[in-house]
Amino acid sequence: MTVIQAVREAMAEEMVRDSSVFVLGEDIGARGGVFLATDGFLERFGPERVIDTPLAESSIAGVAMGAAMHGMRPIAEVEFADFIWPVFNQVVGEAARARYGTCGQVRVPMVLRAPYGGGVRGGLFHSQSPEAYFSHTPGLKVVAPATPYDAKGLLKSAIRDDDPVIFLEHKRTYRLVKGEVPEGEYTLPIGRADVKMSGSDVTVISYGLMLHHCAEAARAAAADGTSVELVDLRTLRPLDAGAILSSCRKTGRVLIVHEDTEALGVGAEVSANVSEHAFEHLDAPVRRLAGPEVPAMPFSPPLEAQFMITPDRITAAIADLAAY
Amino acid sequence: MRTARGTATSPGTDGAISASDLLGIYETMVLTRTLDERVWQLNRQGRAALVASCQGHEAAQVGSVAALSPGRDLFYTYYRDLGVMISVGMSPYQIMLGYMARAGEPMSGARQFPTQGAMPGLGLVNLSNVVATHMPQGVGAALAMRMQGRESVVAIYFGDGASSTGDCHEAMNFAAVHRLGVVFICENNGYAISVPLSRQMAVDSVASRAAGYGMPGVSVDGMDAGAVLEVTTAAAERALAGEGPTLIEASVERLRPHTGDDDDRRYRSPDELQAAAVRDPVAALRSHLMADGALSEARDAEIAAAAAREVDEATDLAEAAPLPDPSTFGEHVYGG
Repeated sequence: MTVIQAVREAMAEEMVRDSSVFVLGEDIGARGGVFLATDGFLERFGPERVIDTPLAESSIAGVAMGAAMHGMRPIAEVEFADFIWPVFNQVVGEAARARYGTCGQVRVPMVLRAPYGGGVRGGLFHSQSPEAYFSHTPGLKVVAPATPYDAKGLLKSAIRDDDPVIFLEHKRTYRLVKGEVPEGEYTLPIGRADVKMSGSDVTVISYGLMLHHCAEAARAAAADGTSVELVDLRTLRPLDAGAILSSCRKTGRVLIVHEDTEALGVGAEVSANVSEHAFEHLDAPVRRLAGPEVPAMPFSPPLEAQFMITPDRITAAIADLAAY
Repeated sequence: MRTARGTATSPGTDGAISASDLLGIYETMVLTRTLDERVWQLNRQGRAALVASCQGHEAAQVGSVAALSPGRDLFYTYYRDLGVMISVGMSPYQIMLGYMARAGEPMSGARQFPTQGAMPGLGLVNLSNVVATHMPQGVGAALAMRMQGRESVVAIYFGDGASSTGDCHEAMNFAAVHRLGVVFICENNGYAISVPLSRQMAVDSVASRAAGYGMPGVSVDGMDAGAVLEVTTAAAERALAGEGPTLIEASVERLRPHTGDDDDRRYRSPDELQAAAVRDPVAALRSHLMADGALSEARDAEIAAAAAREVDEATDLAEAAPLPDPSTFGEHVYGG
């Protein structure tokens, strides 16, 4: 099964299970979503629960939030994460604060799904990674799965969660990444990282598309005699500090890899956690390999390639760290 | 229909509004004014933080709620809607706890500015100070009501400044496209803090924009509670019949500066302020009721005394209430 199939199955199953779950967004009806996440939903669930909205992202989030405050569990789709900025006010400014600002009287059980990330010839406005902005905000949960199994189990949990969840799906993984997904019902807990490969020399921490590049790099490193432990964060808020620290204590060497900008990114928070709580276990400085200091990913292939982190670069960074 | 304050209202079958309906509205308006004025004084004395007075808006607020049904309907308000809050059933004591930032304040536990937060049991949501963000949320609430098959009107209150925002546009468009049961109530007082209407829009009225969304737009004298009641009743009937939203623009006066921290003499001339001051909706309804013989001087004095008593008690009780326990400040970030 592919990631996009897993996303589709998770939503369909939850819509069957719970009549308060519905989807809204641009082109999600007859078109089935630009990535076909809601393919067939209109026929199956009808226009009352599969709502093609006007092209206006702030109201997609605001309407979802209002419905969520009154007994519904909306799944709002932002067509591309690059169009997510108009929802910032409704999500960061409002939804994240609704519970706190009413002393627990109001809850906002909504999911905001957004395909994000680059390496797809998307240029400046179809390649962005917005996770750091949302991960900064108490009151939100931010999930970024890398595999079909995780995508399905975590999306089902996000839909059942009583707080607003930003669910980020790397669009390059949608059809590229395939994996086993069990037949039966399952959910995965939000806030738990997953050790994708067990190892003893270097801990590599990543999420999303980069997780797969890291896996490739780890296999190359193994051929060179370096044993890599690969930790998939899966959830960026709340971070699974326990899993991060336990792997760091085991290997003493930590590399964090993400496509999003390095400065003040998720890696900075992970690194700070490691420095504060596992300093005495470190044999080398914490390293980051992350998005460069340009505002967004350029379009032309050689320029895009310059932005994207490749398995080769990760392999080199692992070797550097192992040799420290 | 009844408001939580017991002002049985709605025009009779002949469209007429009874004197007793108007008297009920008047009593709530007097209580609102008394409370609002008290808070203003307390603010001046340094005993209450931050007040956005609703003086001049009372007829629009109380008159519109009188056409709706607290318990059945939802109220998405903004920061100048004290009259709506009192009308749907909040007590002066509950309100005063907010102005004193005391423990037990029911909308936000005094985490927010006064009158902000929510009273889910009263269908009242006033989540944010950010202008117009509540408008798409109210539309979402109306969507939820329809999906759940609940008969309910969502009243979304906002000011003339809010009408300039993208969220206002997006909310109205969404509600109209999906024919949702929303009544948009613009309390147009002519100023967004200091910026006058002429710098806010190039058209004559907010209501005229309704045509652009495919919904009715109604301009009403917001100083006339009966007129507001009448147009809101029609809008609510339309909403309940599944015919979609209505935009009501109630022209009101802002009798006080924007907030207790504002000085409107910096941008309104003495003549203008003087002219505004005599356009008082509470006084206007009093004169109307007295001219109709529905209100005597003695009865009016009783109403005023009862309001003053209730506000006195609320002030004393709230001031005596404890402040929130700082150890609770980390609660309710996430559920479960």
